[in-house]
Amino acid sequence: MLRLPTFTYYRPKTAAEAVRQKLAHGKDAMYVAGGTDLYPNMKRRHQTPLHVISLQDVPGLNTVEVQQDGSVAIGAMCRLSALEVHPHLLLNFGAFAHAVKEISTPLLRNMGTIGGNLLLDTRCTYYDQSHEWRESIDFCMKSKAGSICWVAPGSPRCWAVQSSDTVPVVCAMEAQVELVGPDGTRRIPASELYRDDGIQYLTKRPEELLTRLWLGAPSNWKASYVKLRRRDTFDFPVLGVGACVWTDSYGVVTKANIRLGGAGSYAIPATESEKVLVGQQLTDAVIAAAGEKAMKPARTMDNTDLDVYWRRKVAPVFVARALAACK
Amino acid sequence: MGLDESKSIPGVARPDAPWRHDAKKSELNVIGKAIRKIDARSKVSGLTKFADDLTLPRMLHMKLLRSTVAHALIKSIDVHKARAMSGVKGVLTGQDMPIPFGILPVSQDEHALCLDKVRFVGDPIVAVAALTEEQAWDACRLIEVEYELLQTIGSVHEAAATSDPRLHDYGVRGNIHRLENLEFGDLQDGFARAEHVREDTFFFEGNTHLPMEQHATLAHFDKDGKLTIWSSTQTPHYLHRALARVLHPLPAHHIRVIACPNGGGFGGKSDPFNHEIAAAKMSMLTGRPIKIALTREEVFFCHRGRHPVLMRSKMGVTKTGRITALDFQAYLDGGAYGSYGTASTFYTGALQTVTYPVENYHFRGARFFTCKAPCGPKRGHGTVQPRFAIEVQLDKIACDLGLDPAELRLQNLAPRDSLTANFLKIGSMGLGECIQKVIDGSGWKQRRGQREITADGRIRGLGLACSSYLSGAGLPIYWNGLPHSGVQLKLDRSGLVTVFCGSTDIGQGSDSVLTWIVGEVLGVDPLGIRVVTSDTDLTPVDLGSYSSRVTVMTGNAAMQAAERAREIIARGVAEHLLVPSSRLVFADARVFDSEDPQKGMSFMDAVIAAEARFGTIGTVGSYTPPKSPAKFRGGGVGPSPSYSYSAAVVEVEVDPLTGIYRVPKVWMAHDIGRALNAAVAMGQIEGSVYMGLGEAMMEEMAYRDRSHKGHRVFVHKIPSLLEYKSPSTMEMPDVVTYVVEDPDKNGPFGAKEVGQGPLLPMMPAIANAVFDAVGVRVDENPISFEKVFAALQSKKEGKDARFGPSAGADGVPQVDFGDSLKIKTPWQGGDGTAWNEPKREKKAAK
Repeated sequence: MLRLPTFTYYRPKTAAEAVRQKLAHGKDAMYVAGGTDLYPNMKRRHQTPLHVISLQDVPGLNTVEVQQDGSVAIGAMCRLSALEVHPHLLLNFGAFAHAVKEISTPLLRNMGTIGGNLLLDTRCTYYDQSHEWRESIDFCMKSKAGSICWVAPGSPRCWAVQSSDTVPVVCAMEAQVELVGPDGTRRIPASELYRDDGIQYLTKRPEELLTRLWLGAPSNWKASYVKLRRRDTFDFPVLGVGACVWTDSYGVVTKANIRLGGAGSYAIPATESEKVLVGQQLTDAVIAAAGEKAMKPARTMDNTDLDVYWRRKVAPVFVARALAACK
Repeated sequence: MGLDESKSIPGVARPDAPWRHDAKKSELNVIGKAIRKIDARSKVSGLTKFADDLTLPRMLHMKLLRSTVAHALIKSIDVHKARAMSGVKGVLTGQDMPIPFGILPVSQDEHALCLDKVRFVGDPIVAVAALTEEQAWDACRLIEVEYELLQTIGSVHEAAATSDPRLHDYGVRGNIHRLENLEFGDLQDGFARAEHVREDTFFFEGNTHLPMEQHATLAHFDKDGKLTIWSSTQTPHYLHRALARVLHPLPAHHIRVIACPNGGGFGGKSDPFNHEIAAAKMSMLTGRPIKIALTREEVFFCHRGRHPVLMRSKMGVTKTGRITALDFQAYLDGGAYGSYGTASTFYTGALQTVTYPVENYHFRGARFFTCKAPCGPKRGHGTVQPRFAIEVQLDKIACDLGLDPAELRLQNLAPRDSLTANFLKIGSMGLGECIQKVIDGSGWKQRRGQREITADGRIRGLGLACSSYLSGAGLPIYWNGLPHSGVQLKLDRSGLVTVFCGSTDIGQGSDSVLTWIVGEVLGVDPLGIRVVTSDTDLTPVDLGSYSSRVTVMTGNAAMQAAERAREIIARGVAEHLLVPSSRLVFADARVFDSEDPQKGMSFMDAVIAAEARFGTIGTVGSYTPPKSPAKFRGGGVGPSPSYSYSAAVVEVEVDPLTGIYRVPKVWMAHDIGRALNAAVAMGQIEGSVYMGLGEAMMEEMAYRDRSHKGHRVFVHKIPSLLEYKSPSTMEMPDVVTYVVEDPDKNGPFGAKEVGQGPLLPMMPAIANAVFDAVGVRVDENPISFEKVFAALQSKKEGKDARFGPSAGADGVPQVDFGDSLKIKTPWQGGDGTAWNEPKREKKAAK
């Protein structure tokens, strides 16, 4: 890994000013929050922005605002280590706080922000390598210099992997995100922020700034997050199951969202598993049946840690464990 | 062996010298105590200067352009644009340093920069020095290299099947680097007498050292024509020799190598490296100091780590588990260069015999060249892979025979003070006590095979394995009859004792070892002793920090030097106090009469008395290991002054649905001979547990082997600290450490090695524990979750409850080893020589 390339560093005082600076420099500019993803990537020359716009001086982005109904608005610049111990989140949004705590290491979480984690770049073991290493494979399509996808050489698209721990769970919980752009502010469901492509993995316009994450009020739902990785710290998820289950007063499932992170370029909905649950109580048999249906949507590829087939084969076990935690 | 009286100057050592292995604990003031290391406070407060911390005025930064293809001829190198770039001060290519080098005299196959051929992705081609590191890196991107691609050799099977192209034009033939075929005793008779015979195939994937410190070098060729190199090396003496060779006609005595404190070595800094030599040459070219600090990716390309080894082991035993015959084959994937590979090959066969007696033993070893980063010595050098195979196989045999694996081993221990089938001389032998400690501590007898279920549905299992390791190699890397280690002592009228020694502290505490031994002999506080080490201008030669040799060899040299200093001082004091010198005691920084402790003087006054009487006080000590009775060709690898022993019980908890397991607890006992420092010895044992855990659970030097449009891409899969997985604190188990002390008469105060041995039982113990828990065998290391899962699936489908390499005839490469060298065992009346001269194929012509 090299040292950082040279760039101009900006510290705008408002979100609008940040957006203006980004618009002014276009593709040569990038936003940075905690920098735990961007700076290492810059050291490997994945991105070499000439202008880096830090959001640390933008006011109001590092607070957790608890609303009357118990829902919360989490500022994008909130440190992950602050969120993982936030009493309201721990009490009412335990699955989310747990997912935050599963991210990387305590040191990284002291710098990393929730906004950065939600926008985390997709990852691939053919891409997240030094410049020299990538020279030896003549790069890949996720780099400007490359044209093929080494994971699936016949593929017209990039298969880099969605690797954020929080995305599967916030999508399952039907959270919303707030985006600030040149034309003002808009709020969209978190799941609409992402798309199934390793390169263009976000739907937002490049200059749009993610400012807040909204988690809906506690109600008749329960959520969970279960992570698969080799080591119990440090590692990105190679499977991250976010589950959220709504039940009626009889314990019958009325709605279920299951999202598989680390198993494709976005948090993939396990639709068939969800269908098994609706109208049923969460018995062991129902959970196991729902788990079995999760093997098909898990589109694991040989571009992360751990064996590709094994990751698919154990997906049902992890989905079942996530659902068991929603009981 | 021992002190050579004819060389002793002046006077004679005390009767209980030389090495005082039988000293009682109560007689020792320093040895065995948990004293902090001499450099501990500098290390933990960040004050220690590592090679990359050093800077000199006008220093330039160097980067290497490395091959992006796995195997090719270099047709042309165009450096014009790089040379013309602003800030660039020097460019070197292979032609500037055409003399080859290599750690072993038999494999001088490396060039500081590739001459005409590249052999793996990462092989260095061009060196560029510039005012900044970024400029040097940018300049490397402007260099155009034209290649003529050659067939990639990616495995031992491919290497065995490909006679052309060859990676090197030396070796046995084709891409076979070494073939060894040694037969001790009568195999046929051994198998005929066996009551049970097993044949198993194992694979041990390669892995790397992963030191925290990335290699760095600072080179300065000064205006007086002297070259100084500061480097993160474990072997300054060998680097000195390699520099003198390649930089010819620069005289060796104009070259000074200073080994900086190493931020971890583990064998990965034991070779002379291309970047070290290129930095020296670049300094000579530019007249300016040159710094190169490798990136983490480049450290993976330096490698010299654990060889991937495919093994087939056929073992014949009696009903009680006594090994009547062992036929062992090892196929080593050596990577692109020789490195220590010749020794590694022999080591895959050497130490099978020192734990349990093997009555008749046949070893075949083959090392191949492949287009991978070169393999070499990593902690446990070459003995780790066969130990995995043997210990797992013994577990299977115990299972077959219905014996307790611990009892099987306890009833078949190699006897102390004995010769093995392959003429290794065992001295002290504490393996029995080690096994007893770990089976008592873990509750082995009650808990094994119980398959307890944890609260989260995992199944518990216990596994046991043992091992042995050498306390330094009996022979040096290059043939010579000189001492392996030298120590000089300077005693000053201030009371200061300075120890000069060529040994290199790589974090294991070798600087401190010198102070404990000298401090014990001279009765002074070891923390007050000054240590000057690893500087070829100032210190006597020590061969280096490898092979677990330092405590025994520099320790014995230091002891001899200290005994001689003690003798001189004692004579001075005796004359001064009018007390016989034999009555004098050196303790608590005083020299006094044992019969009248009030009568005496401070150590400082004692030195003054001696200096007044004899002049400036300086002594030397040196050590040469005892001659080995193994006289056959190949018998030079394996002999050691003494062997350490380890036994481990490992507890695992396996998730039967996924194969995921954790290791909550490890009991590790190690026969260290004598612990010179209780705390540091335990630290080494715990460190070995950690490193072994990583090798067992996850570490592997995996390669990407892909083809695209007819072009084969063959490159290290994961050269980064994030993706080359090594355990975190979360994976580290509780470790119960037992230090077993069975003093050995060849060690200083009876000490044997501790730095490497306790790593070895970890991998087989985990494999055996997984079997105890869920009844499946993983005959392949690392024992990853996926493999446990695959074996469980196989068992569920009614197939072989095993994961591992093919046990069929195609499992190992087809290689003609030729006739074996036949050696009679000691119990057949053998004298350590071979009784036949096998026909050997002529070496392939160039």
